[in-house]
Amino acid sequence: MTGMQKLYLLVPLAPLFGAIMAGLFGKIIGRRGAHTVTIAGVAAAFALSVIIFQDVQAGNTFNGTLYHWASSGGLDLEVGFMIDSLTTMMMLVVTFVSLMVHIYTIGYMSEDPGYQRFFSYISLFTFSMLMLVMSNNFLQLFFGWEAVGLVSYLLIGFWYTRPTAIFANLKAFLVNRVGDFGFLLGIGLIAAFAGTLNYTEVFAKAGELAGMTIPETGWPLITAICIGLFIGAMGKSAQVPLHVWLPDSMEGPTPISALIHAATMVTAGIFMVARMSPLFELSETALSFVLIVGATTALFMGFLGIVQHDIKRVVAYSTLSQLGYMTVALGVSAYSAAVFHLMTHAFFKALLFLGAGSVIIGMHHDQDMRNMGGLWKYMPVTWITSLLGSLALIGFPFFSGFYSKDTIIEAVQLSELYGSGYAYFCVIAGVFVTAFYSFRMYFLVFHGEERFGKAHHEEAAHGHDAHADEHAHDEHGHDDDHHDEHHHGLAPGQKPHESPWVVTVPLVLLAIPSVLIGYLSIDKMLFGDFFKGVIHFAEHHHAMAELGEEFHGSAAMALHGFTSLPFILAMSGVALAGLLYLVVPSVPPVIARVFSPIHRLLENKYYFDKINEAVFAAGARLIGRLLWKVGDQTIIDGIAVNGTAKAVGLIAQLSRLFQSGHIYQYAFSMIIGVFLLLAFWVNRG
Amino acid sequence: MTGIPFLSLAIWVPIVGGLLALASGSDRNASVARFVALFFALAGLAVSIPLYTGFDVTTSSMQFVEAYPWIPRFNINYVLGVDGISVLFVLLNSFITVIVVVAGWEVIQEKVAQYMAAFLIMSGLINGIFSALDGVLFYVFFEASLIPLFIIIGVWGGANRVYAAIKFFLYTLAGSLLMLIALLYLFMESGGSFNILDWHQLKLGMDVQSLIFLAFLVSFAVKVPMFPVHTWLPDAHVEAPTGGSIVLAAIALKLGAYGFLRFALPIAPDASHAFAPLIITLSLIAVIYIGFVALVQTDMKKLVAYSSISHMGFVTLGFFIFNPLGIEGAIVQMISHGFVSAAMFASIGVLYDRMHSRQISDYGGVVNVMPKFAALFMLFAMANSGLPATSGFVGEFMVALGAVKFNFWIGFGAATTLILGAAYTLWMYKRVVFGAVANHHVAELTDINNREFVFLAILAVCVLAMGIYPFPVTEVMHASVNELLKHVAVSKL
Repeated sequence: MTGMQKLYLLVPLAPLFGAIMAGLFGKIIGRRGAHTVTIAGVAAAFALSVIIFQDVQAGNTFNGTLYHWASSGGLDLEVGFMIDSLTTMMMLVVTFVSLMVHIYTIGYMSEDPGYQRFFSYISLFTFSMLMLVMSNNFLQLFFGWEAVGLVSYLLIGFWYTRPTAIFANLKAFLVNRVGDFGFLLGIGLIAAFAGTLNYTEVFAKAGELAGMTIPETGWPLITAICIGLFIGAMGKSAQVPLHVWLPDSMEGPTPISALIHAATMVTAGIFMVARMSPLFELSETALSFVLIVGATTALFMGFLGIVQHDIKRVVAYSTLSQLGYMTVALGVSAYSAAVFHLMTHAFFKALLFLGAGSVIIGMHHDQDMRNMGGLWKYMPVTWITSLLGSLALIGFPFFSGFYSKDTIIEAVQLSELYGSGYAYFCVIAGVFVTAFYSFRMYFLVFHGEERFGKAHHEEAAHGHDAHADEHAHDEHGHDDDHHDEHHHGLAPGQKPHESPWVVTVPLVLLAIPSVLIGYLSIDKMLFGDFFKGVIHFAEHHHAMAELGEEFHGSAAMALHGFTSLPFILAMSGVALAGLLYLVVPSVPPVIARVFSPIHRLLENKYYFDKINEAVFAAGARLIGRLLWKVGDQTIIDGIAVNGTAKAVGLIAQLSRLFQSGHIYQYAFSMIIGVFLLLAFWVNRG
Repeated sequence: MTGIPFLSLAIWVPIVGGLLALASGSDRNASVARFVALFFALAGLAVSIPLYTGFDVTTSSMQFVEAYPWIPRFNINYVLGVDGISVLFVLLNSFITVIVVVAGWEVIQEKVAQYMAAFLIMSGLINGIFSALDGVLFYVFFEASLIPLFIIIGVWGGANRVYAAIKFFLYTLAGSLLMLIALLYLFMESGGSFNILDWHQLKLGMDVQSLIFLAFLVSFAVKVPMFPVHTWLPDAHVEAPTGGSIVLAAIALKLGAYGFLRFALPIAPDASHAFAPLIITLSLIAVIYIGFVALVQTDMKKLVAYSSISHMGFVTLGFFIFNPLGIEGAIVQMISHGFVSAAMFASIGVLYDRMHSRQISDYGGVVNVMPKFAALFMLFAMANSGLPATSGFVGEFMVALGAVKFNFWIGFGAATTLILGAAYTLWMYKRVVFGAVANHHVAELTDINNREFVFLAILAVCVLAMGIYPFPVTEVMHASVNELLKHVAVSKL
């Protein structure tokens, strides 16, 4: 193993070490020990990622096996690393955001009894995510894939006494498993037909695979593989209809909403498809499927952000919508644009989530935006950084989100794929919707009338962060629900306050890339040769190439942006939000009343949850009960098993009649028998 | 190879230990019985380890062979030997015996010597099953091992133990009678040999093969258990004491599956191919149907029992798709299931010892009072759901890949376990462990003690180690599985 290879290995192992220390020896090393060791681990991983990034930029990529996991029937199952520009970019994003979240957590979770456990989980997550992105084969990809799902499960249910949290984490795990079902079949098909799970070897055989069909179904193999893999991505990256778990995942503490459910884990699906570009490029059908699913998610999840009152849920729906944008980019073969948006989004969305968390701390764990307003005065750092994050999100020129989102929109416009017309409508309308809900939130929270310290909107305040902890260790078995009555929010007359430096410093550090990273890196990442040899697109998928010809530098692109349709739409969205929530705040309730059917549809999230609950959850239990009661108990045990026993008993009873013990009966039977035999014998003759 | 008869030792050390424990007599000497049992369980494990370390992975032939005449008049011999398949089960069995002895340490207060003796004797007999190469020897071990388990359920079991014990006994005995007939037929047909390896080379017509296959099928299907002859298992588990459940799930269920590999496939390969669609169908029913049934169980032990049936469905599925991924995956699944089901039943035992209830609805919020236990139980639940980096993933993954290769739709059916397995296991975990403290009984629970921690932690290490690095397990079986597949591919007609 060379020196560089040792560094590769150290990147995931450093956070793993932190996780083990904080998890198993949390009591011994204490709170300070737990956050020191985990932060040191993640910081080391980040520093090493920077070194490796520079090394890769210098042209030293790596693809090799770490160890043989198992082998069978000529199929080598291995654990190994693939270090190239895509990997290193993901490593930087993951370790940087994770480091910010680790530091932020010191402030956010300071009063929680599960402090060490929390640090252990987020470091374990960092390890798993790194293994996922650094993998050079499908087995390890699946490992990381499920491991991040596990940590997500553990963290959504972090406050395990809350019924809503433990419902949400089970739901998240199971919905993801539905996606994994497709993912596993995709991997299975690759193993069956390519005979290997190593990326490079599979890509080398991609052309061969493209000509095959699955014998049992007659489907084109490559399409089935890609759609299978993408179903996995739909689970992990929360695409319609497997998106239902993500809004509920907000039950977890806010730092993990930022790290896992916005910046990194949910983008694993996007990363995976980009990594698989040599396969997806061979199936127009799969790409169309990706495109349409992504476009639907981008627009229709955005609508839901408009009607939320919980600050975290607005950001959650915004995440869904932005993941839809990334997926759309994948669909039109603009893989680099998707990954670019993944990166910019990781920064500004982590920023927005952590900003929301800071607001929640300031509001004493009240998450209802109707109780906020005018916070800019009390929380200046949170205010400015949130504004910067929002501007990045709506794609204001020069901000990072502008570069990535605008590229996606233009790539969709240039695409000729089936469904691209619909997708273009969705992404362009989505710009208006994004601007509207983002600034609705921004205005409701930071501007306008100060509504805190007054009557609370209890009913809409979901999952009040933290503070259930007193009850988490309540050993006297009170009922579950009373934490809902627990006082939270500001008392009358009380003012919000700015959060401590461990919270605000990460906000500032995340705001910097949220503003600048697009301007600085678009040239190289999208139109340079950053992804050369990593991301492939077919000759006739020319959107990115065409955009490259039109590109004349970041500044020119931003200046041009001021005159484009998306900019006009975004500004209209901001203006409308300002009008409705600052100038005439009495109007939105009227609109909701007038359009009540639409409002109800949005409030109920298009009834996805109700349908899933009624059809899949209840249906599965019904089938289970039927099979158990009818199949196992009535037919097998009732008729077959106990029936046999009964039949034996019956025969025994009948035969007992002949064993009466009376000589004359035996003699009589014998005589009858002899007569019968004689008669038989005589007739035969 | 040294001349030490390790296989005989693996069989007779536990049996002698069991007899000694029995000799310690009444419950006044209970602690003597416990230590005798622990010593001999560890000794049994110690003499099994050289079987792995001294194993030659390059050959498919039998190793550590011992052969002595037993009843020369009928050419019945005491022949022992292991290949890359059976050696793993001898190890698993010797290991689980230690776990069982520790798990029953202070839980069993009545008839301690007899309890420990039953487990040790059973352990030796089961090692005999896995290493016997003579048909009669195999049959004797196979039937004799029923007796201790029958006694364990019938004596130390729950309220309805006698019904469960008799159901278990009749079911499995009825099955094995047909096997005996098949064995006798093979003896005649082979010109007077009871050697199993001789039978492998025997040419047989299709009709004969079919009958022999069916006889074996009935016998082994009951043991596995396969749908629709599975209903004895939930009953037996519910009534069995924790140790009984552990051995039943971890070891006894493997006997039937092992029988397929040692008898049905190599002796009747053409019939095996002919009946494969039937077996595959029954296996998929086990995976899917039983998965749904497990979902609605209200009794934790029943739930895990059904989950065992579902997992064993993967094993029989893997065997009958006739490719290396399938068979090796199935064997890995058997070993893994040995650890995971043992751990699941041990965990439920930990709760049962405190609450005397197996009803899910009696629990809730256990994590608040038993955090250490909750963490370990989480790991086992995840392994039961087939999470990567646990042993539960390895076999399911390999079998699923093999199944997709064999036929897409069969792979499709098998992959549903990803959803169903997670659903029934984690839903149970949620209701039992998560949440606020449900009632004052839960509030009074105490976390696991050192003894419980030790055996659960050892199982946890096994589950993780095999999930992270299964190579040592798959490596051992390659030669034997390849030889088996080659053998099965050649028609005997």
